[in-house]
Amino acid sequence: MSQKNRLSGGLLNRAKPLNFTFDGASYQGYEGDTLASALLANGVRLMGRSFKYHRPRGPISSGSEEPNAIVELRTGARQEPNTRATIAELFEGLSAKSQNHVGSLKFDFLAINDRLSSFFAAGFYYKTFMWPKAFWEKLYEPMIRRAAGLGSLSMQDDPDHYDKGFLHCDLLVIGAGPAGLAAALTAGRSGARVILADEDFTPGGRLNAETFTLGDASGADWARAAIAELTSLPNVRILTRTVVIGAFDHGIYGALERVSDHIATPASGKPRQILWRIYSQRAVLAAGATERPIAFKNNDRPGVMLAGAMRAYANRWAATPGQTVAVFTNNDDGLRTASDLLAKGVKVAAVIDSRADGPAFTGAEHLRGAVVTDAKGRLGLSSIKVKLASGETRQIATEALGVSGGWNPNVHLTCHQRGLPVWNAELAAFVPGTLPVGMVVAGAANGQLSTAGALASGAAAAGQALEGLGLTVKSADLPQAEDAPIRVTPLWYVPHKGRAWLDQQNDVTVKDVKLAHQEGFRSVEHLKRYTTMGMATDQGKTSNISGLAVMAEMTGKSIPETGTTIYRPPYTPVPIAAFAGRSAGADFRPKRLTPSHKWAAEQGAVFVEVGMWMRAQWLPKAGETHWRQSVDREVLATRGSVGICDVTTLGKIDVQGPDAAEFLNRIYCNPFGKLPVGKVRYGLMLREDGMAMDDGTTARLAEDHFVTTTTTANAVGVYRHMEFCRQCLWPDLDVQIISTTEAWAQFSVAGPNARNLLQKIVDPEHDISNEAFPYMGCGEITVCGGFRARLFRISFSGELAYEIAVPTRYGDGLVRAMMEAGREFNAVVYGTEALGVMRIEKGHAAGNELNGTTSALNLGMGGMVNKKKDSIGSTLSEREGMNQAEALNLVGFQPVDPSKSLLGGMHFINQGAEANARNDQGYMTSVAFSPSLGHSIGLGYLKNGAARKGETLRAVNPLAGEEVMVKVVSAHFVDPEGERLRG
Amino acid sequence: MIINHPLLGPRDSQEFVYLGDASLIDRPDWQAEGAVDAFYEYLYQRENPAGLHQELWFHEQGDRSWLVVTRNTLTHEITKVELARDVARSRGRSK
Repeated sequence: MSQKNRLSGGLLNRAKPLNFTFDGASYQGYEGDTLASALLANGVRLMGRSFKYHRPRGPISSGSEEPNAIVELRTGARQEPNTRATIAELFEGLSAKSQNHVGSLKFDFLAINDRLSSFFAAGFYYKTFMWPKAFWEKLYEPMIRRAAGLGSLSMQDDPDHYDKGFLHCDLLVIGAGPAGLAAALTAGRSGARVILADEDFTPGGRLNAETFTLGDASGADWARAAIAELTSLPNVRILTRTVVIGAFDHGIYGALERVSDHIATPASGKPRQILWRIYSQRAVLAAGATERPIAFKNNDRPGVMLAGAMRAYANRWAATPGQTVAVFTNNDDGLRTASDLLAKGVKVAAVIDSRADGPAFTGAEHLRGAVVTDAKGRLGLSSIKVKLASGETRQIATEALGVSGGWNPNVHLTCHQRGLPVWNAELAAFVPGTLPVGMVVAGAANGQLSTAGALASGAAAAGQALEGLGLTVKSADLPQAEDAPIRVTPLWYVPHKGRAWLDQQNDVTVKDVKLAHQEGFRSVEHLKRYTTMGMATDQGKTSNISGLAVMAEMTGKSIPETGTTIYRPPYTPVPIAAFAGRSAGADFRPKRLTPSHKWAAEQGAVFVEVGMWMRAQWLPKAGETHWRQSVDREVLATRGSVGICDVTTLGKIDVQGPDAAEFLNRIYCNPFGKLPVGKVRYGLMLREDGMAMDDGTTARLAEDHFVTTTTTANAVGVYRHMEFCRQCLWPDLDVQIISTTEAWAQFSVAGPNARNLLQKIVDPEHDISNEAFPYMGCGEITVCGGFRARLFRISFSGELAYEIAVPTRYGDGLVRAMMEAGREFNAVVYGTEALGVMRIEKGHAAGNELNGTTSALNLGMGGMVNKKKDSIGSTLSEREGMNQAEALNLVGFQPVDPSKSLLGGMHFINQGAEANARNDQGYMTSVAFSPSLGHSIGLGYLKNGAARKGETLRAVNPLAGEEVMVKVVSAHFVDPEGERLRG
Repeated sequence: MIINHPLLGPRDSQEFVYLGDASLIDRPDWQAEGAVDAFYEYLYQRENPAGLHQELWFHEQGDRSWLVVTRNTLTHEITKVELARDVARSRGRSK
C-alpha cells in the first residue's frame, strides 16, 4: 500500500523502509517512524476502540500521553498489550493489532454500548448492577470485564529478561528538550557527573517537532550537535528511551529504560528493559508540557488530534493525518500548526480561532471568534461544523483537525512528594509549586514555553543546582531562538447538545462531569472516582485539567480553588516484569541449600521450602508410593536403630566474652550462669510482653564461650533481637555475638545405635561413652582422622541422640562417611516430616506451639521463668491475665477410635456442649500419624489442660463439618520417663 | 531513603530493618516499684508525632549496628543519625 499521506522532509531514514502489519494488513514505513506516524502516513486514522462505548478512535497525540491509539504489539510469547502506538518505534516485521473490540476494528459488536450510552453515564456501575445481588459475581462482573477489557495476554511465559540497575550522579536532567539539553550542557561542561534521561528514542523534545531555528541551525540539528557534545564528555551519561517514573525521598529517582522494545528480539545477553534507581545530588526537571484539547461534540472522531501533535507528525515524521486539515485554537501556538502544514504543502481548509482578537493569519481562511461545534465521520473525520462569530454555522470538509487549548506544564514529578502545583493565570495552567528537595524545574515544565525561555531556564537551573553542590559553573553559550509568547484565552469546551469528550481513554464527557456535580461528587477526588476521569493508563494527561475546569465552572469557583488531584508515580505505565527484574520464577528469591543437599538429591529426596532453605522432607525408597510409607519407615528405623537428619538450618549464634553468661541470663527466661562448661541447656526466650519468642539449646564450650541455637524460622529475628539487647539495652556488657549458621554443617544422629555409629566416626581419643559424655554433654572433638568437630548430646526425637557439627565444607563428606559407617546398623536419613512426627510423639513444642500467642505457662514451662533475675519478658509474664486458672496448657490428644485421624486447627468442645466460640476449650496445634503407636496423635492447648488428663472431649472442625472424640493424655507419647535419651 | 550511617556513610534504607520508636531503649528497672505498669507503658504506649521522630533502624544487611535515626515523619528528612549504643549510654544505660 502506498504511503499516500507521506510528506517530504522529516527525521526519517528513507533509505531504510520497514515492513509491518496492522490488523493483518501490510504497510511500509521508514526507520525513525513510530507505529502511529507510519499508519497516518499510510492513510490509517482509525487505530482503536474506546474503553466503555467502543467508539472508533485515532491518535490524538504524538507522545506518551496518548489515550486512544492503544495497541497490541508482536505475537506469541512476546505479545504485549496496551502499548501506545505513538511511542512504539517501528521495526522490520512488527506485527500490531488494535484491541478492545468484538468483531473487526471497523465493525465492533460492542459499539452497541455507544447507542445505549444513556444507561452507561458516570456511576453506572453503582446504579445499574446493584441487584439482584447474586448476579454480580456470576453475570455482571464477568460481562463488564469482558466488555471493558483492554488488550489480551499471550498466557505464555515472557522469554525476555528484565534488569534492575543503580546509578549515581551529581545532576539528573529529566528530559532532553531545549531546557534539558541546555541544563546538561551547562553541567557537563562544568565537570559535574550528569545523567540525561529522555523517554524518546531521538533526544531533542519539541526541537525535533518544530521548524524553529537555534542560531543558524534547525532545532533538530542543534539538538543533534548538543547530544554529540554530551556524548563526548566522559562525565555525562545519556539514557534515551528512558522515562523517569518517580521522584522519591532523598534525591532517588526511578527510571525505566526500554532497552530492546524497538527491536524484534533483544540482542544476545541484553535485557528487554531496565528499571534504574538513580541516586542524584540534584535534579533538573525539564519534562516539557502537554497540550490539551478543547472539548466539543464528537471531538473524538479519528482525525481530530492535538495541534502540536499534528505539527510533530508533519515536521518530524513527514506524515499528515489527512490531505486536507483544519485547525481549532484558542492560542497563538495553534496557528503554527496551520503555517507548518501549509509549508509542507498540505491544504488547510480553515483556521478556527476562538479569540475574536487573535493575531491575523494568512495563507488559509481564518475564522476568528468562531468555534467548532460538531464533527462528522464515524470511522474517520469528514467534516466539521463551525459556529462563526456572526452566529451562523458552516460545514467545512476536512480529514483532520488540529486542536489546541493551550499547554499544561508536566508538573507530575514535582508532586510525587505531596507538592501541590499552583495556578498561573497567564498560561491558564498549573505550574510547579513546592518541589522535592534537590529539584529545580526548567523550561516548559516550569511554564517557560518559548524556546529561548526554555534554553535560558535550563542553563540557569543547572547553574543553580551546581552552585548548591559547590561546583564552579561554566556558562553555556546559548543560541538565538524564538521567544514568542503563547497568548491563550481559556476555552475548555464548546457548549453543545450531545457528548463532548474530556477523557477519551475512559470515555468521560463534559456531561459526566456535570452529572457528578449534580449528584454531589464535587471535590476533585470524588469527581475522579465517580467519573473515572484520569484513571486509565494515560492517567488523564490530556484531560484532567479540562475536567477540573468544567467542575470549577459548575461550582462557580476558580480552578485553583477547585484544586487538582495528586499525581503519583509512575509517570507512565511500567510493566510488572520490570519491577520484578530477575526475581521471577525459580529466582524469585535466593535459595539456601544445606550442606547435605547434593547428597540428599542423589538419594531422591523430596525437598520442602523452609524459609529460604530447601530441606529434605522425606527420602522415598524404591516401591514407596505414598509419602506416609517413607515417613513411617524413617521414624521406625530411627527409633529401632539409628537415623540421621541435616539440622544445619537451625540458627547458630556464637556468644563470647566475660559477660556472655550474664547476657544469656537476660535474654532467656531461665538461668545460664551456673551452666558448667561442657554442658548444654534448653533455653526459652520470651518477648518483652511475656509471650514465647523462640527456644533452642545453648552449649557452654568455655567459661566465656557459648553456642546457642534458634529455630530455623526465627534465626534472623532472634539474632536481630539479641543485637538490640546488646547494643540498646546493655551497651556496656562485655559480650560479642555473631551468627555462625552458615559456618557449621550440623547433623542429628538419633536412635539406640547412635553412639555405636558415632564411635566409628569420632576419633578414638575422644571418649563418648555414656559415662564420659552423658546426656546434655557437649565438647569439641575431632572426626575421621583429625577433622575439627563439635558434639552435643541433645535429643529432639526422644531417642539417644547427638548433634554433630563440622565446618560447612566437610558437611557433604561427613554425611557420606556416617551413612557408610551406619550401613551395619541399617542407618536411615530422615527428613523434616519424620523429624516432626518424632517431636510430636515426644511432646516437644515447635513453631506450631510457639505461635506468638502462647506464654511459658501455656507451654507447661511456667516454672522456668526465673523470678530472681531480670530477663526479657519476665516482668510482664506476671500479668494477671496471663496467669489465670483457666489458662491454656499444652497437652496431648488421641482419638477415642484409633482408626480416626486428627486435624490441626480443630477446636475442643466439652461433651454435650454446643460447638460455638463461647464453648471453646482450646485448639489442636500439631497432629501426626504415630507409626510407633499405630494411630493418630495430636498436641494442643486446652483450658486448664494439665488437670484434665483422661477426659474425653469433642474435637471439631465446623468449617469442614468434621468431628472426632478425643482423649486428653500426656503430651509425651513415647518414653515419657526419658530413659532412652539418657541411655 | 538514604540513611547516613555514622560509621559507613550514606546507605540505602533498603539495607536496614525498622524497629520503631527509640524510646524502646529506655527499658524500665525490673525491681522498681510498679514495674509491671512501667513495662506496660514502655512496651505499648507510643507518641505518634507529626514531625521529628527518633527511631531505631538495624543495619541488617550491613555492619549490624543499631542506629537511632531522627526523621521528620512529614517530609522524611533525616536530621541526625547516631549509634544506638552511644544514645543508650547517654541516656544512662550501661550493663
